[in-house]
Amino acid sequence: MAMRATFENSQEIGVFATLTNSYCLLALGASQSFYSIFEAELADLIPIAQCTIAGTRIVGRLTAGNKNGLLVPTSTTDQELQHLRNTLPESVKIQRIEERLSALGNVICCNDHVALVHPDLERETEEIVADTLGVEVFRQTIASNVLTGSYMALSNQGGLVHPKTSIQDQDELSSLLQVPLVAGSVNRGSSVVGAGMVVNDWMAVTGMDTTATELSVVESVFRLGEGAPPGVDGLDQRMKGNKESIVESFY
Amino acid sequence: MEVDSMPISLPVQEKASATILCCNCGAPIDGTVAAGALCYDCVKLTVDASEGIQREGVLHTCRDCERWLSPPSQWVTAAMESRGLLALCLRKLRGLNKVRIIDASFLWTEPHSRRIKVKITVQQEAFEGAIIQQTFEVEYVVAFQQCPDCQKSYTANVWRASVQVRQKVPHKRTFLYLEQLMLKHGAHRDAINIKEVHDGIDFFFSQRNHAEKFVDFLNSSVPARVKKSQELISMDIHTSKKSYKFTYSAELVPICRDDLVALPIKLAKSLGNISPVCLCHRIGTSINLIDPNTLQTADVPTPIYWRAPFTNLTDVKDLVEFVVLDIEPLGPTSHNGRFVLAECTVARASDLGVNDKTYFCRTHLGSVLHAGDSVMGYQLTGTNFNNSQLDDIEKSNAYASQIPDVLLVKKHYARKRKPKTRSWRLKRMAKDEGELLPKKADQDRMDADYEMFLRDVEEDPELRQTLALYKAQQRKKQTDEMSMVTTEDSGDEEVPKIDVNDLLDDFDDMDINDQV
Repeated sequence: MAMRATFENSQEIGVFATLTNSYCLLALGASQSFYSIFEAELADLIPIAQCTIAGTRIVGRLTAGNKNGLLVPTSTTDQELQHLRNTLPESVKIQRIEERLSALGNVICCNDHVALVHPDLERETEEIVADTLGVEVFRQTIASNVLTGSYMALSNQGGLVHPKTSIQDQDELSSLLQVPLVAGSVNRGSSVVGAGMVVNDWMAVTGMDTTATELSVVESVFRLGEGAPPGVDGLDQRMKGNKESIVESFY
Repeated sequence: MEVDSMPISLPVQEKASATILCCNCGAPIDGTVAAGALCYDCVKLTVDASEGIQREGVLHTCRDCERWLSPPSQWVTAAMESRGLLALCLRKLRGLNKVRIIDASFLWTEPHSRRIKVKITVQQEAFEGAIIQQTFEVEYVVAFQQCPDCQKSYTANVWRASVQVRQKVPHKRTFLYLEQLMLKHGAHRDAINIKEVHDGIDFFFSQRNHAEKFVDFLNSSVPARVKKSQELISMDIHTSKKSYKFTYSAELVPICRDDLVALPIKLAKSLGNISPVCLCHRIGTSINLIDPNTLQTADVPTPIYWRAPFTNLTDVKDLVEFVVLDIEPLGPTSHNGRFVLAECTVARASDLGVNDKTYFCRTHLGSVLHAGDSVMGYQLTGTNFNNSQLDDIEKSNAYASQIPDVLLVKKHYARKRKPKTRSWRLKRMAKDEGELLPKKADQDRMDADYEMFLRDVEEDPELRQTLALYKAQQRKKQTDEMSMVTTEDSGDEEVPKIDVNDLLDDFDDMDINDQV
């Protein structure tokens, strides 16, 4: 299920949201349609936390997480941490990281099994990432860009990387992650795919500018059309019809 | 995107290297080289490389001289569809400096349409290193605008300086000589108009400098007295800028070559005590006099002359023909042997067979005269002169006896009445005769003056050296006729001929009316 959304006239969905298989963080703001899209899709399945991190709305860029855990920067206040603890499921470990590169969403890209991190990340941080999220950690670059979280969108089904990534790099990353990778863009040619969209195993949300071609690439690489989320067949079928009408309206 | 922009296709990407789909059209492309996840066609559709470049322009041309205005104020000559015109067209286009010009060429247009079309191909960087190439046409309207030079030529009285050259003598020989000197040295090149007036010629110039230069030329070639005057045309009292018209009056000394002069006695004493009745044998920047009785020469510089001006006693039109009966060189020579003092006995040619009147005289022509030759000279006996200087000389005790009866001037070569075609010719200057179109009598007199000048040129190698002589372009037919009537040439055999090797080939200025 791939959808288009906009957060207060911004196309960069991955900046204002963090989506995993067990919870979803959304920024506080005046964009009701943005929440509606997530709530309509996720309300019955996983908790949605409307929050700020360190008083800012760029929750997607400051946090990184998967179904096992959530990493927040050291600037997160105790109150915000308490709110997250109250909202998120018991099984999700929440960890504050003291790290110079505090935009964790930009430097860490992960699914439930593997994480690709910025090559300059501290060793302690790397250990905390491995422990909290329960993943194998690799220091990598995407098409010579060190910000792995910005230039890659990853789920357990597949991954979308920077459009300038060569075939060799894609093969190398794909063998590390054990998922298929595809180069592509979102939001009508934008190469910051990690910050331009959010994805988990059964849904993806991209900016409203995303073209039909880009959306179809997203759907095919993350296998959103065929694979059903755990236990909700009917919902997926309903949304599939809805999505097609959106795509058609774009032609 | 304009309809006329023609996209140029890049080399086709290999299918194997395609890594992404174009975000706009879904075409598989190589993401590592593509510009921002867009295929080349989509980039071309969204970017206009010729943006900001004018598609229309105006070219200004002068209808009269067919030159093109090159802004801001230059006028250049350029043929249609020439390199120069293309450069002019491209320079006219605003915004062309932001792109790279790959190619430019003219498209054919009907000349009467007053339109010029240029096809231009430009390259520009679109974004992220993608280079867009685009071809478009620009149409220029050819508009007329008169250039300042042509404006000037159509407006009267645009001259800023004029030089009025005058010589108060009844013939034009000095001006003919001056004309040849000017032609040889190109002194008239700056003149915008040359007008023939009574007793002289006016030269008009657009700048004062040109007139000054011309006056300098006059001073260096002929004895002239120059007076300058200026007329205020306009004045700006705020900036104190004034514009003037300058007029230079150059009066030439009215003494010509072969003139007989009677010097004021005071002047003759100061010139090395030369005999006051003497002959002007040459005019340079000063008057060169010779006393035929002693071969004594004297120079009268122009300023000295104007201190006490004198007129000639008589001039070439009063020359009469004498026949040399006997001649005996006396020995003294001057001017590198050109003049040899001799005593000779002559008789008037008209007296031969009538009476036995002979005259004894001394002459400076001892090197060229032989017994039996004809010679031109002035006869002073039996002639009444109305000249105060001569009266003074006749009254004085010292000089009255020195006045000769006959004064020989130059050797006379028998020519036929009608001058035959010469093998050489002189160029003439195109002059504006003004209102006074020559009457028939004037025309005859001018022709006679010119013929006399040509004879002088023929007979005097020294004079010839200062002029530029050209080979005459004779028609073949004429020469054929001439060769048939060879018998008639015999009478002119003595006449000095000019060596063909001394003549110049005439290549330019064929339009100038050559009268020789």
